[in-house]
Amino acid sequence: MARIVRALLKRLGGMAIVLALVVTVVFVIVRVTPGDPAAVMLGSDATPEDIAELRTKMGLDAPLIAQYGQFVLGIVQGDLGQSIFLDQPVTSALAARAEPTFFLTLFSILIAVAIALPVGILSAVKRGTLFDQVVVTLTMVAASVPSFWLGLMLIQVFAVGQGWFPASGYGGPDTSFLERLHHLVLPAVALGIVNSALITRFTRAAMLDVLGDDYVRTARAKGASERRVILKHALKNALIPIITVIGLSIAMLVAGAVVTETVFGLPGVGNLVVSAVLRRDYPVIQGTLLVVAAIYVLINFIVDMLYILVDPRVRL
Amino acid sequence: MTDTAKRPVLSVENLTTSFKTAEGWRAVIRDINVEVNAGETVAIVGESGSGKSVTALSTMRLLPAGRARCEGRILLEGRDLLKASEAEMRSVRGGTIGMIFQEPMTSLNPVFTIGNQIAEALVLHRDLSWKAAEAEALRLMERVRIPAAKSRLNEYPHKFSGGMRQRVMIAMALACRPKLLIADEPTTALDVTVQAEILHLLRELQREENMGVLFITHDMGVVAEVADRTLVMFRGDMVETGPTPQIFAAPKAVYTRALLASIPRLGTMGDAAAPRRFPDVDPATGKASDGRVTSPVPGGVTPILKVEKLAVRFALPQGQIHAVEDVSFDLKPGETLALVGESGCGKSTTGRAIMRLVDPSAGSITVDGQDVAKASSGALRAMRRTSQMIFQDPFASLNPRITIGSAIAEPMLAHGLISRREAKERVAELLQQVGLSAAMADRHPHEFSGGQRQRISIARAIALQPKLIVADEAVSALDVSVKAQVSNLLLDLQEQHRLAYLFISHDMAVVERMSHRVAVMFLGEIVEIGPRAAIFDNPQHAYTRRLISAVPIPDPARRGQLNPPLNEEIKSPLRPHGYVPPKRTYREVSPGHFVQEAAA
Repeated sequence: MARIVRALLKRLGGMAIVLALVVTVVFVIVRVTPGDPAAVMLGSDATPEDIAELRTKMGLDAPLIAQYGQFVLGIVQGDLGQSIFLDQPVTSALAARAEPTFFLTLFSILIAVAIALPVGILSAVKRGTLFDQVVVTLTMVAASVPSFWLGLMLIQVFAVGQGWFPASGYGGPDTSFLERLHHLVLPAVALGIVNSALITRFTRAAMLDVLGDDYVRTARAKGASERRVILKHALKNALIPIITVIGLSIAMLVAGAVVTETVFGLPGVGNLVVSAVLRRDYPVIQGTLLVVAAIYVLINFIVDMLYILVDPRVRL
Repeated sequence: MTDTAKRPVLSVENLTTSFKTAEGWRAVIRDINVEVNAGETVAIVGESGSGKSVTALSTMRLLPAGRARCEGRILLEGRDLLKASEAEMRSVRGGTIGMIFQEPMTSLNPVFTIGNQIAEALVLHRDLSWKAAEAEALRLMERVRIPAAKSRLNEYPHKFSGGMRQRVMIAMALACRPKLLIADEPTTALDVTVQAEILHLLRELQREENMGVLFITHDMGVVAEVADRTLVMFRGDMVETGPTPQIFAAPKAVYTRALLASIPRLGTMGDAAAPRRFPDVDPATGKASDGRVTSPVPGGVTPILKVEKLAVRFALPQGQIHAVEDVSFDLKPGETLALVGESGCGKSTTGRAIMRLVDPSAGSITVDGQDVAKASSGALRAMRRTSQMIFQDPFASLNPRITIGSAIAEPMLAHGLISRREAKERVAELLQQVGLSAAMADRHPHEFSGGQRQRISIARAIALQPKLIVADEAVSALDVSVKAQVSNLLLDLQEQHRLAYLFISHDMAVVERMSHRVAVMFLGEIVEIGPRAAIFDNPQHAYTRRLISAVPIPDPARRGQLNPPLNEEIKSPLRPHGYVPPKRTYREVSPGHFVQEAAA
C-alpha cells in the first residue's frame, strides 16, 4: 500500500510540472504567432482604434511578464479567458461542448476494447489457424481505413439507407439525453472499429508473448483449465502493453475529435476548435489546447497507476 | 508386500513422441520404457536435445496438442493417460502428478502472490475455499522450510531468491499429495549449497509421502546422489537403463561410458601442479585417454593484472550493495586464477570491473602496467586490446543478425588492425584455431550449437591477441562432453599464447581442472585465496569447506555425503547507507595460501 501511495505522490508531482510547462508553452505559442493577434482577429477592415480596443480588452498592452502572471492566475482560478466571438467565457463554451465529445470518446473506446480483447486473445490462443489469419488481415485493413471514411459508409448504409440512426448532428436543445446518445451510435461504432484494430494487434502480440512463458506451463502443470490459464495467468501478465495502447487510443480519440465531429456534425469540443481556428478566436484555441493537454496528462497518470495495480514489480 | 504396492505408480511403455515439422511428423523420442514405483527415484539423464524433457512433458501431456503426437502407453496406476480426456488430465496434473521445473526464476507467475499460487492448486483439486486453501498454503510453506512463511505468504515472487522460489514450486507441486513427482532439472539453476538443500528436502518429503519421483537431469553427480534407477538418453533414444550403481560401475552402452568419462569430478588432479586437460573421449568406443597436465607457469614474471583493494558499490534507495569489497589479487601471464563463489558473491562484478564494464568505487586495477580504474575512454579503447571477455550465454552474446565471420572480424577492424581483405584470412585462421572450419564464416549464429557458439566467442576474444581473458562462467551452460572440449580448447590456447585467465565459475569440479590458483568469494569479499591444491586439499575457511562439500559426487557409493542443509537464505550484501566495512586481516596458511580471519 505504501508503495502505491508513494508512486501516486511522485506521479502527481510529475503531473504538476508537466502542466506548468504546458501552460507556459501555450502562452508562448499564442504570443509568438506572427502578427498582432488583435489585428489578425479583426481582419483587414478593422480600424486602428478597433484594434487598440481589442488589444486592451485582451490584455495585450501589458508587459509580457504581467500578461503571463495574469494568464496563470486566471487558470488557477478556473478562468480561461473570454471568447471573442461567442461572447461567453471559454470555460462555459467548453463545458457546453464537452458532452458529445466525452460520450463519443467513452463509447468509442468501450466498443474498441470490447472487440479487441476477446478477438486479440482468441487470435493468440489459436495462432496460425484460419481465424487468426482472418483477424490479422482484418485488423490490417481496419487500421488503414480512415475513421471518417468508415463513418460516411455507416451513414450511407444505416442512416440514409435503413434510417435506423440520424445521419448527423446531436439533436436540438430540447432533445432528450437518450435521443442525444442515439446520435452518437454511428460515430462511436466507426471510431471503435478503427481503434479496435490497433488494440487487437497489441493484445494478440502481448498474449503470444506470455503464453510461451514458464509460469503458463506451471499453471497447466497445476491442472488449471485452459480458460483459467489464459484469462488468469496469461492475461494479467499481458495487460501492461494492452493498457498502454488503450491509453494512447483514448488520447488519440480526444485529439481526433476535430475530424470526427466535423464529419458527423457533432457540436463537441473538436467542432469548437475548428470554428475557433477559422475565426481566430485565440482565447478559445488557447483554452482548448490547455484542456486537451490536461486530459492527456491525466490519461497517462491513470495508465501509470494501472501499471502499479497490475504488476507488483513496477516502480515509478 | 501387497499387489498394489508392487504395481508401479508410473509405467511408460514404448513411448514415441513426434513433432510436426514442415517435412511432416518427426519422432523426437523413440520407444521409451520407464517404470517408477512408489517411494522410488528414477533419473532420466542426458545432454541437451536428448529428449529427457520431452519425455516428462509427454507424460503430463503438456506438449501442444496440434504440434506434438504421442504413441505408446503411459500408465498412471494402471490407467492409460494417452487415452484420458482433457478433463481427466486436469485432475492428474497437480493432483496425482506434481511437477517442478528447471527455472525457478520464471516458473512462478510474477503478478500473483506466493500464497495465491500455492492455494490455487488446492482450490483446483481439493475443493477447498480460498481461505482454507491459503491456510493450507501456509502450512505447506512451512513444510518446505521457507523462513517467516506467514509474512511471506502475501509477497510476490520477485522478492524470493532462486532457492526459495524452488521451495515454493515444490510446495505447489506437493500441495495435493501426488503419487508421482516429476522434477525437470529442479536444481540446475541453483547454487551448489542451495542444490544440496533442495535435494535433501526432496528426499525427506519423498520419504514422508512415499512418492515416486521421476528426476530429469544432465548432472551425473546429482544422479548418483538421488536415483535408485537411471535411464540414459541420447538423441531421443534410450541407450541404457538399470540400477544407478550398476550404470556407474559397469556402463554397457558406449555413450554412457563416454558421458561418465567426460564428467568433471573433484579430486582427479593427482600431484599435478598445473591445470590438467579433460580426458579426450572417443565417442565411438567410449574410451578415454588420461588428460595431459599443461605446462606450469614460469615463476617470477611481473603480473599482467593487479587488483588492489577493489570495491564496487551500488546505491539503492534502501541502502548500498557492497558487491565487491576490499578485493586484492594478481594474475601472471599464462596463469589461471579461478574466482569461485555463489550467485551474488561479487565474482562477476569483479570481472566486469576489470573490463571497466562497471566503474569501481575504490581501489586500483592495473592491466599490463596501465591503471584501468582511472583510464580515459581513449585509453580504455586501447586497453580493450589487452583484455577480452567471454560470457556465459553463447546464445545471447552473439548478434543473431550478423555472420560469425563479421562478428569475429569486428574487433580487429574496429581497432584498425587489418584491412577487410586480410580480415577474411585471419577469421579463417581463428576459426581453425578454435576447432571450427573456415567455411563456417558466412553462417549466422542460429546455425550453431551451444558449444560451437562458445568456440566462436572464444575466437572473437582471441582475435586481438589479448594477454588477459576474463571468462565469466564460460563453460557453465554447456553439456558435459562439450564442456570438457571447450575447457580443453581454453587450456590449449593458454599454452600457445601464454594467456592469463580470470576464470569466473561456480563449478568447483571444472575449476579444479582449469586453474593454477583459486580465490573464494563470499558476500563481495575474498575469504580464501591460494594455489589450487591448497584450496581443494586443505580448505581453511568454513565457507570454502561448505562449497566443496556441497558438490555432488558422481559416485552412488558415496551418496548422502552432501553437506547437511543450512536452511537459511544467503545473507545479502545490502547494507545501510554509511556502512563502513570492517577491516579484514588474512592469515598465511602456507606459501601463497591466505585465509580471511574471522571478525574479532
